Amino acid sequence: MADPIPLTVEFTGGLEMLFSDQRKHKISIPGQDEDGSASNVAYLIHWLCDNLMKDPRKEMFVLDDSVRPGVLVLINDSDWELEGEANYELQPNDNVVFVSTLHGG
Amino acid sequence: MPSSEDQKAERDDRFRANKLCQIEIAEASLRDLKKELEDFDSAVSASGPDETADHTDAFPLVPDAEAKTDSQSSEWPLSSTEYQRYGRQMIMPEIGLRGQLQLKKAKVLIVGVGGLGCPAAAYLAGAGVGTLGLMDGDTVEVSNLHRQVAHATGRVGMSKVDSAYEYLYALNPEVNYIRHSFHLSPEHAISVFEQYDIVLDCTDHPTSRYLISDTSVLTSKPLVSASALKTEGQLIVLNDPPKPPGDLFGGPCYRCIFPKPPPAESVLSCGEGGILGPVVGVMGVLQALEAIKVLTRRSEAQGRMTDAEPATAQPVKASLLIFSAFSSPQFRTIKMRSRRADCAACSAKRVVTADSLSSGSLDYIAFCGRTTPVDVLDAQSRLSAKDFAQLPRDDQRVLVDVRDEVQYSICALPGSINVPWTGNADSWLSKAQDKGVMEDDQKEKYIVCRFGNDSQLAAKAMQQQHKDFPGITKDIRNGFQAWRKDVDPSWPDY
Repeated sequence: MADPIPLTVEFTGGLEMLFSDQRKHKISIPGQDEDGSASNVAYLIHWLCDNLMKDPRKEMFVLDDSVRPGVLVLINDSDWELEGEANYELQPNDNVVFVSTLHGG
Repeated sequence: MPSSEDQKAERDDRFRANKLCQIEIAEASLRDLKKELEDFDSAVSASGPDETADHTDAFPLVPDAEAKTDSQSSEWPLSSTEYQRYGRQMIMPEIGLRGQLQLKKAKVLIVGVGGLGCPAAAYLAGAGVGTLGLMDGDTVEVSNLHRQVAHATGRVGMSKVDSAYEYLYALNPEVNYIRHSFHLSPEHAISVFEQYDIVLDCTDHPTSRYLISDTSVLTSKPLVSASALKTEGQLIVLNDPPKPPGDLFGGPCYRCIFPKPPPAESVLSCGEGGILGPVVGVMGVLQALEAIKVLTRRSEAQGRMTDAEPATAQPVKASLLIFSAFSSPQFRTIKMRSRRADCAACSAKRVVTADSLSSGSLDYIAFCGRTTPVDVLDAQSRLSAKDFAQLPRDDQRVLVDVRDEVQYSICALPGSINVPWTGNADSWLSKAQDKGVMEDDQKEKYIVCRFGNDSQLAAKAMQQQHKDFPGITKDIRNGFQAWRKDVDPSWPDY
């Protein structure tokens, strides 16, 4: 059994509203998913929906098994597209930020 | 629904305004050219042909007293007032005379003269850009003034472009201002953008953001895009360098970063979500700064912009700045991707073309989706504000106010119970239960909110909970907006 992975996750751009109005959360997720694979960002997104998100409006965060359009995922200050997207395997103390894009002006 | 004749008239007006603006720009450049030639001729005749030939090798001549009194005949590249006005920024190596001349030559288009556009325009006008285009179809409202700093109380009702022009002209009359007092439309976007060197997206909706980005790609203009809501802002410089579509060494566009628009119901405007003035101000000021950086970039530093790419050149990645006023740290810079190989606008596989844009076949509104007003209740479950005001206030009825706590604390009707709409029937019903709203099934329940959308959803939830008594839960049609209009004009219009 792999060790749990401690992470910092942050929600911004309005997404914090869905997570008890709290921007920064220190969490610890299992080191492996149900299939025994190393926990990646796809697993983290599921885990957050099941364990951290109290708000019932799941569709404001996920759509078709990934984050909804208009939400950026940033891993250690880089766009997740530079890190392998949902397949990025999480490392202890990674910082994962979920940002909803803003349109006002 | 506007008739097709109205639409045609509107299109014609826009076409006319657009052509007038192009004429204005062309005439301005003509004036500049004539003046340059005049200046040159008068300098030559003042000093004589032999002397001017020497100037290139000798110390430049100090303009004589006669020339000093008339900047027109000076040999200096800027007028004496320009040296005074821009001296504080020109003495920095980042700008210098070179940068100031680049700014003077530059034509900048600001789309949206609101919370972002006002400060951006002010700093660009102050910095001495040669031509500043302002585009907006809205008029100034009182609720704009806490953040849209170029407008004024005395200009409420005036077009935003004209209002900003008054402010900017007073700030710096040396700039050539071009007024586009209409909203950007796909049909005319290209012909307007072509007149400029760089574009600032200061608009407030995904539809305009995609349209502006697509047009910037098609016309090869760098784009400085910013947005703000509540206490946060975002800034990104796109299509920089503005390489042709298909060239992966160009900067990514808005569609590379956001290939799919967000669901329409997740998009909040400043009117709905709120906005703190200095937050959007910071973002607008940063846009002006990024525009100045792009315009005054030294050619040496533009290695990646030259046509011959060094063998080691990497595709340019964008960088997203996130500002969060109440977080620590407040600013954060995120490395973003380079151009997307299958981008709909800037890749070799693009579907956005000049033709598809100008012909109107790209429907930006449909692409981004639209929200329709909520309409989920039957007619007898809805009550006008006026009729509600006639009802006796007694213990036979309960008024449930579903606005959030902050709005409820600004103004509320006495005796009302605040149960903020949670976005979900079950969770809201359980909150209503906690507040004791559900205790007596026999009581008539009236639900109210700011505009009359959430109140319908809450009323519907309650009706479904009490299937046996469907008639006794009603929504107040158009909420407190109707209450202020039809019942109590003193109700705060926040």
